This record gives sequence, structure tokens and C-alpha cells, in this order.
Amino acid sequence: MHNFSEALRFIGRNGQVPGAPPLPTLVHLTLETLKIAGIGIAISVLIALPVGLWLGHVHKGSFVAINLGNIWRALPSLAVLAIGVAFLGIGLRNVELALVVLAVPPIITNAYVAIDGVDRDVVDAARGMGLTGWEILRKVEIPLGIPLIFAGIRTAALFVVSTTTIAALTGYSGSLGDIINNETSYHLSGVLGAAICIAALALAVELVLAGVQWLMTPRGLKIKAGDDPALTLVPAVADLA
Amino acid sequence: MLLAVAHPVIPNFGGNASSFACERANRAFCPDWVSRNWGTVLWPALRQHVVLTLIAVSIGFVISTTLALIAYRRRWLERPVLIVTSILYTIPSLALFELLAPLPGFGLSRTTAEVALVSYTLLIMFRNTLTGLREVPADVRDAAAGMGMGPMRSLLRVELPLAAPAIIAGLRIATVTVISLATVASLIDNEGLGVPILTAISNEVFKTELIVAGAMAVGLALFADGLLVLAQRFLTPWTRAA
Repeated sequence: MHNFSEALRFIGRNGQVPGAPPLPTLVHLTLETLKIAGIGIAISVLIALPVGLWLGHVHKGSFVAINLGNIWRALPSLAVLAIGVAFLGIGLRNVELALVVLAVPPIITNAYVAIDGVDRDVVDAARGMGLTGWEILRKVEIPLGIPLIFAGIRTAALFVVSTTTIAALTGYSGSLGDIINNETSYHLSGVLGAAICIAALALAVELVLAGVQWLMTPRGLKIKAGDDPALTLVPAVADLA
Repeated sequence: MLLAVAHPVIPNFGGNASSFACERANRAFCPDWVSRNWGTVLWPALRQHVVLTLIAVSIGFVISTTLALIAYRRRWLERPVLIVTSILYTIPSLALFELLAPLPGFGLSRTTAEVALVSYTLLIMFRNTLTGLREVPADVRDAAAGMGMGPMRSLLRVELPLAAPAIIAGLRIATVTVISLATVASLIDNEGLGVPILTAISNEVFKTELIVAGAMAVGLALFADGLLVLAQRFLTPWTRAA
């Protein structure tokens, strides 16, 4: 337990080691981690969400959307990063590429399943009311699909945060993973402190996204669900077996 | 005499001159290196990876199935188990390995790696098993009771078989997840396919080793997933008709 109290002190010192030259602060590394992860998630959402929503809307491409999800699960993040390093070299470009490769499939798969699974009667009713295809997607399908759409984004975000720290193992410097990869400078207490920060960061990202999901879920669905989705930290991934 | 300066120092990869050239140039794929190092580096790493995965998935399966069966009968248990396993699942692997290592009895060992790997399987398999059991239609359960089956017999003969597709789906996700995370576990217990990956990175980003070891990890995951799909077809032949 001594190690853990030392680790908390390391966090209290904002990542500095007594007697050592100034090191990047914990706050700085945490923000950098968030930045790298944020860019990755943003690019992935921009690419994957329109594709998944559109495929679901036209009820086409189930084979692609579903198998993408299955293959994605088989991709070890360290392997994706490593293969990327072999071709692109060490750098932010490779890290972001790996993040996008890992984050796009769950977002597409879940968005597809969410929209494809919206009750056809509801969609027909909307069409009968004179809504255009775009209006149906925006006003009916997306609101009803929010829980699953967010499940995909949250799963992806979890992977992205986790992979951002693993990137340190492949030589990319600039995230909290640096500390874990550099026990000589930071000692065990620093490594533990960084691990605590990473865990807290991942949980915080999950809670924030759960909150956003809660805000975006239509009131009718909240009542139907019965329990508080913010409490289910990790959402159910669309099961496609 | 300055003859000795002619060649840069290169890692001693062994092998013939042409292969050396490939490795010195660090081309994307040097087949000679692979065949020379298959028996000493790659195959043992693959075998260790399989063992790590089998142990973690088996232990995780026993724990999560037990918890799911209890929560199936005692509903109040579901919420706390979901919260705890969700938190475990959310903690990034790198952090969890480092947090477990300093605990007494753990250290840089296989135990540490396995405990962390098991913790990632619990949420997936618990949720799938419980959902599978809950989705057995009430009519079917009533019919089983009407035929004179007790709760235990109904569970074993009716409810579990009907939940099998969901249970195996959980097993598939858990297995592939563990294979993926076990590459990071190499940092802790120095075995598995993460070892050649990390060696290659520290060895001036030696591409062949990175690509081969990475591809082996992906291949292993796809292979394991395929095996479980076959197992499901074999175990639940009635689902094929649908």
C-alpha cells in the first residue's frame, strides 16, 4: 500500500519527481492524451456515423456492416499500432490512423443496427404523415436509435483512450502512457500514479458520454427503459453473432 | 589500416548474405528472417499466447456464468455485478496491468496478466449469459414446469440450451478481446505475441517482426472466432433452420 500512497503523492506533485529535472506535468500529459483521443474519435465519428446511419436508413449493406464489426473485434490495438509503425514510422499520424481503424467499425455497426432496427410501422407512419426520407432519418430514426448509436460511440471512445496510452509502447511520446513506459525516470510510484490517472480518465470519458447520451435520448425512451442508462457504464454492444 | 570500418554494426540475425541485405534495409517482409526465427521466437510466442488466452477465458467463463446463474434467480445481484464489471472493463489494459503488479502476490508474473485478462471477460460473458437466460420465453419455462421438471432440470435441459447462442456469442467476444489484450500483457509477464512486437520496436522498429507478429495476433483471433462459430453450429443445431 506504500506504493499507492506514494503514487497519490506523485499525482499531488503534478507528475514531478523530487531531485529530478522538471518533467512534463500530469495535467499537460492528460490534456495531450485527451487531445489525441479526441481527434481520433472526432475523425472516426465523422467518417463512420454518416455511413452507418445511411446504410441503416436504406436497409442495405448488412453484410458489410456486420462483418466489419466482427473483424474489428479481432484487431489487437498493439498489433494495429505496430503494423502502422512499420509502414508510417513513429508519429501522431500513425497513432491517429490506428485509432480511426479501431474506432470506425463499432460506430458503423452500431449505427447501422440502430437505424435498421427501428420499427418499420413507425417509419411507415412517419412517411404517411408526409415526412421525407431525410426528415424520417432526422426526426424518427436517429432519436429512436440513440441508445445503440451511442453504444457504438462509447465503445469506440473506450478503445481510443486505451489505445492512445498503448501508443507509448510503440515509441510515440506525448500521452500518459509515456510515464508507464519510462519507469527509470518516474519510478514505480510515478508509473502507478499515471495508471490511476489513465483509469480515472477512461471512467470520466465514459461518464461524460453517458451523460450526453442521457441528454439526447428522447423522453419517451427514457421512461420505457425504466432504469438510469447513465449507471450502465459500458453500453451493450449490438450483438451480431 | 582502416578495413574494419567498412560495415555498419547490424544486429546478429544470422543467416545468409542475401537475407542480411533484406534485414539491413529493414524491408517490410523478409521471409528468411521469419523461417529462421519461427522455431525460436514466433512459434513459442504464439503457443504462450494461446495458453494465456485459454486460461483467462476458462476462468472468466466459470466466474461470469456462476454470477449470471445467481443473478438469474436473485435479481438484486444484477446491478452491483454490472457496475463492478463495467468499471473493470473500462480501465485501460495498460493501466490495469500496472496497478495490479505492485500488489502483494502479483508482481511481473503470469498471475498478474491472467487476473487482468479475466477481469475484461466478466462484463461481456455475464451480460450475455444473463440476457440469454432472461430471453427464454415464459411459455417455454411454463411448459417445462408443466411437464414436471423442477427448477434445476428446467435450467439444465431447457433454459441453458436455449440461451446457448447468446452464451457462445459472449464467449466469442471475450475470447477475441483477451487475444487482443494479451499482446499488451507481454509487458507484464514477458510472454505471448506482444514480446516480438515490443522487441521489434526496441530493435530500431524492425518491420518484418512487427508485421508478422501483428498478423499472427490478428490471425489467431480470427481463427479462434471461427472455431467458436463452428462450436455453436454443432452445439445448437436447431438455430440453423431459422
